[in-house]
Parts: sequence; structure tokens; C-alpha cells
Amino acid sequence: MLKRVHFPTSPLPYLLVAPQIIITVIFFIWPATQAVYQSFLIEDAFGLSTEFVWFENFTYLLGDAQYRKAFGRTIFFSGAVAFLSMSMALVLAGFADRVLRGATVYRTLLIWPYAVAPVLAGALWLFMFNPTIGIFPYLLDFIGYNWNHYLNGGEAMFLVIMAAAWKQIAYNFLFYLAAMQSIPRSIVEAAAIDGAGPIRRFVTIIFPLISPTTFFLLVVNAVYAFFDTFGIIHAVTSGGPAGSTTTLVYKVFSDGFIGLDLGGSAAQSVILMALVVGMTVVQFRYIEKKVEY
Amino acid sequence: MTFTKTLLASTALLGMMAGAAAAQTEINWWHAMGGANGERVDRMAAEFNAMQDEFEVVPTYKGNYTETMTAAIAAFRAGEQPALVQVFEVGTATMMAAEGAIYPVEQLMADAGEPFDGGDYLPAVVSYYQTPAGELLSMPFNSSTPVLWYNADALTAAGAEVPTTWDEVETAAQALVDNGMACGLSFGWQSWVMIENYSAWNNLPLGTQENGFAGFDTELTFNTSEVAARLDAIAAMSDNGRFVYGGRRGDSLPLFTNGECGMWINSSAYYGSIVDQAEFEFGQTMLPVDTSVSEAPQNSIIGGATLWALQGQDPEVYRGLAQFLTYLSSAEVQAWWHQETGYVPITTAAYELSQEQGFYDANPGTDTAIQQLSLNTPTPNSRGLRFGNFVQIRDVINEELEALWAGDIDGQTALDNAVERGNELLRRFERSVN
Repeated sequence: MLKRVHFPTSPLPYLLVAPQIIITVIFFIWPATQAVYQSFLIEDAFGLSTEFVWFENFTYLLGDAQYRKAFGRTIFFSGAVAFLSMSMALVLAGFADRVLRGATVYRTLLIWPYAVAPVLAGALWLFMFNPTIGIFPYLLDFIGYNWNHYLNGGEAMFLVIMAAAWKQIAYNFLFYLAAMQSIPRSIVEAAAIDGAGPIRRFVTIIFPLISPTTFFLLVVNAVYAFFDTFGIIHAVTSGGPAGSTTTLVYKVFSDGFIGLDLGGSAAQSVILMALVVGMTVVQFRYIEKKVEY
Repeated sequence: MTFTKTLLASTALLGMMAGAAAAQTEINWWHAMGGANGERVDRMAAEFNAMQDEFEVVPTYKGNYTETMTAAIAAFRAGEQPALVQVFEVGTATMMAAEGAIYPVEQLMADAGEPFDGGDYLPAVVSYYQTPAGELLSMPFNSSTPVLWYNADALTAAGAEVPTTWDEVETAAQALVDNGMACGLSFGWQSWVMIENYSAWNNLPLGTQENGFAGFDTELTFNTSEVAARLDAIAAMSDNGRFVYGGRRGDSLPLFTNGECGMWINSSAYYGSIVDQAEFEFGQTMLPVDTSVSEAPQNSIIGGATLWALQGQDPEVYRGLAQFLTYLSSAEVQAWWHQETGYVPITTAAYELSQEQGFYDANPGTDTAIQQLSLNTPTPNSRGLRFGNFVQIRDVINEELEALWAGDIDGQTALDNAVERGNELLRRFERSVN
């Protein structure tokens, strides 16, 4: 028999966490429940005729070739964005870490793109690559390349990946630089005295020591590419041409808000929700263990 | 002393006026007209408000057509809907199916005791928005139709005639390219221009059940060999720039106004923009006929938007709304709107007024749209179309045509895919409204 120990209870802890709980319930739990409920319905746009159909919206989605294609496309897009932005940020941080004079100016300039809203970032790249008035198609024309991302799905995909990755470099740079500067100088100096060059020092000392940051950024970047790139895609390609830049999130928007198919759109967002939960669990439970701290 | 009195008196008067203003019934009007057209909308509302003191029309810009419609639907679900909302033509089936949400315009006018005669309106414009029984559901506001815009200077320099058939379009495009132009022909709103209007113009059906007018159990049938052959011929023109695809909607406008493309097929409502931007002599002419399909054109169909009255307001609001709609469709307002924007006038009276004012003599070609629309009595194939989920179906058509222009598939495959995917969307729509 365990002896029960009673502590006098106070309502204070509950009161203190209450605001956080209320916000979570109102802004997350409640809408999420609504989405789950909506995903079981087939309903007209005005909500005048509603039919409860259980999992029909889901079976329709899984049988839809367009949806499966969007799935594969999203994984490719996210992988490319995460890889590009992280590797570029790593290189830039590696250099910035060694800069002595004007380091603050250099860093500030590199962080700037992060302050740009996704839609504006998209608009910038759109103007630069607009086949009619853009500067890059004009320059590419000199080497005989005809750029038209309105028509060429590969070019459109390249453009949204560039725009999305460019915007995220600043964020990754910030974390990588902070991680590199937290490495004790003595370790790096000792390696230098032993005759290791800058590249060898980076590969054998710096990179392994910042692996927790790399892992953290991997999660953040994957989530960013999955969800936060909506504004860029919307501004640059609107999911086209021929759906070649329609990612899962963009499809939720276009089916729900343009197509007014609320049930199908809700089913897609429920799938996305499950995906994020699953992704986070897998990454933290299995991948985290393999990272050296 | 007198001054103080005057001041007091005027203050009191101002107060009374403010009181009167507060007593005015507000009529909310959500619209999708940005830029210069948005200013014209504000001007119309202001003029109506100045004409009487019972009602105040408050126009609000809600973004593009899709955004405006989505906003109105979301507002309806929340019980905050405006009295009047502008909805584009492809949203017609969705609005029509929402029987408890809309207030048919013809019924609204009758209930409010406003005079209304369907015979005053141009048949090609109103037939798109009538029930099978002939009742007008929404008030046509900005209607246009695609025309062939051409760069007259470039055609003259290339020694080409203004084309009237597709064969002549190909010849003219070749002549333009031979003369050093980067692009012969381009077009925008490709589903509307190259599928919907091409079919109507050549009297080909788009779908069963009279293009959807006779029932929601309609199926798309535009994957005919005629349309496929025309699309293949256009795709073949992209080998040397005789045809250049410039994107969806009006994205290809700069290609025409920059002088890159000599011919451009798109809405007559680009008149204002082209006047502003083009630094060359330009003209508009009727859509080309496909002589391998039909000898003479039927009539083209409209695009643009109408004004839908929504349920759930006070009777007083509807009385004011009826008066506002009468004002909007008056000959003077319509003629002004037509001449400023390039949208077609919705009543015969407005057309005749523009003729009297000499607008067409001063601006040759500006009556092309209206002539195209009233060329013949509309047939079930050329009356318009009424398909549910058509916003998405247009996107499907866009996607398949883009794959065709990119050379991935041929015309027949593109159309077959579009019809198959479109029919699936039609079935989903049929289920959602039943």
C-alpha cells in the first residue's frame, strides 16, 4: 500500500496557465476540430445543404491522381528548399565566422531577406524572372535560352524553390553563425596548431559540433517549406503551369477557397495535420538520438 | 450678435443634416472592380446617393472576382452578408443553386414595385443569367466578349490584311514574323476564348443539357475533333513564334501593348488599358471563323460579372436596392460605363444612345463586341454555359492547355483529360447541391 500524501491545493497554477490553455483551445483545438468535422461532410458553398459522408472525401482524395502527384511534388519541393537554404547558409556562416573587420555590417546584410514578407519575396522574384519584362529572361536570351515559367513547369518549380530558399537563408544563417561562435576557440586553435587547414577544421570539428543546430534547422525548414511557402507560390505561379507548383498547402487553398469544395479541402488539411504530427514525432524520437550533442 | 445667431443656426442645421444622414438606409455593395473601374463604381454610387436622400449605397472593394465571391459566401455563413454582391459569370451555377441565399433580381424588382421589363435588355447578355423559364436572376453589370485586337501599324508594315478566318490569322501571323516581329498571335483567358467562345462562335456544344442550362446532371462534351484540330494548329504555330503563350487571364496584355505580338485575342474590356498603354495604331475586329467547321459565325458569349441580391436584409433595403438597380441600368449610366470601359451596354436603349452620341463613329471598332453578341439569335450552344464548380474546371482546362502549349500532349489528349477531370467536378457539385 502506498501512503497517500496530500498537499494543500491552490488554484493559482491553474489560473496562471489558463490564458495559454484558452488561447490554444480557441485558436488551435477548436478550429482543428471544426476541420475534422467538415472533412466528413459534402456541403454546398453556402452551407444550405449538408450530407454526412464519413470517409468519402478521404477515399476520393486517395484515388485522385492529382492529389498523389501534389504529394510527391511537395516532398521534392521541401527537400530542395531545405537543402539549398541550409547549405547556402552554412557556407555563408562559415565565412562570416572568420570575418574580422565590418562583421556587423556583413551579418546585418545577410539577415535582411528574413524581414521580407513571403508575398513580397515572391513578387521580387516574379519581376526579375517575368518572361515579358524581367531582367533575367532578357539576359538569358543572349545565350539563346528562352525562359518562360508560365509554360515550363520545371522552370516554374526552379523559380519557387529559389524564392523560398533565398528567403530562408537568412534565418538559417543566424542559427549557424550563433552555433559556430559558441564553439570554444581553443578547440579550433588547437587543431590549427596541429596543422589542420580551414577546410579540415570545418569538416572534422565545426560541422560535427553544430549538428544539433543542423537537426533543429532541418525540422524548421521542412515545416517552413510545407506550410509557410504558400505566399510565395501564390504570388509567383499560383500553382501553375499545369499544376506543376501546386503543393499540398496550395491545393488546400485552391480547392477550398477558389473551388469552394469545403469537404475535400478540409480532408486535405486533416491529412496535413496528421502529417505534421507524424513528422515531428519521428524526427524527435528517432533521428534526434543519432545526433551528437 | 447676428454672426453668433448664424453660427448657432448653421450648427443646428448641420446637426439636423447629420441626423438625417444617420436615418438613411445603408445598402452595402461588394464588388471586384479595382483601379480605374473601382473609381467609376464609386462615382456611380455617389451619384445615386446624391440623387435621393433615403438610401446610401456603400460600395466596398473586396479583391478579385474569386475573393469577392468567397468573401460574400463566408459572410453569408456568418450572417453578415451585403445586400448586393458582384459575382463573375462562372459563379452563376453556384449562386443559382443557393436558393435560400439569393433574391432573384426580377422578383426583387416586382416585390419593390419597381418597373422592370426584360425586353429592354440585350438577349445575348441576359440569357446567360435567366432561369429556363426566363426569369432574370441577377443584374448584368459588366459584360464583355472576346474580340481580336490587332496592331494596325504592324499589319500594314508586314503587308497583311486584318484577318477574318483562322486561315487568315495564320497567314497574318507568318507575315508578321517574317517582317521581324517576335510574335504573331497571343491570347488570354484561354478557356473562355479558345474553348467556350470558339465553340459558341462555331455553334458547337460544350456540354449536355443545353450547356448545363437544363439541369445539374450535365456532362462536358467539348472534346470534339474540331476543337482539337484548331488547338493542334495553334500549338504548331509556336514553332517560330507565330503563336506565343503569355500566361493566364490578361497576363499576356504587355506582349500586345509592347508591340511584341501583332494580334491578341481577349476581352473587349481591355479597351481602356490598350488606349492607355499602346503607342501604335490598334483596332479590334470580330473573332476569326474556322472555315473548316462552319461557314458563318453564330454569336459569341459573354464574360464579366453580374450583381446578385442576397437574402437576409430589411425590406427597406430591398426597396432602395431596386431603385439603385433601376438607376444602374438606365441608358445614361450604361452608355457612360460602356464608353469608358469597353464593357458592352446591357440595354438596347444604352446602345442606341451611344450611337446617337456618335461614339462608334468617333471610335471605330468599339461596337465590335456588341455586334458579335447580337449577330444571331443565340442557340442552346451559344447562349452561354452553366456548369457547377466551373472555377475549378477552368483551372483544369488551363492546366491541360498549358501542357499542350508546352508540347507534352496533343490537342485531343488535352481535351479528353479536361473533360474527364471536369466531369468528376460536375458530379461532385451535383452531389453537394442535392
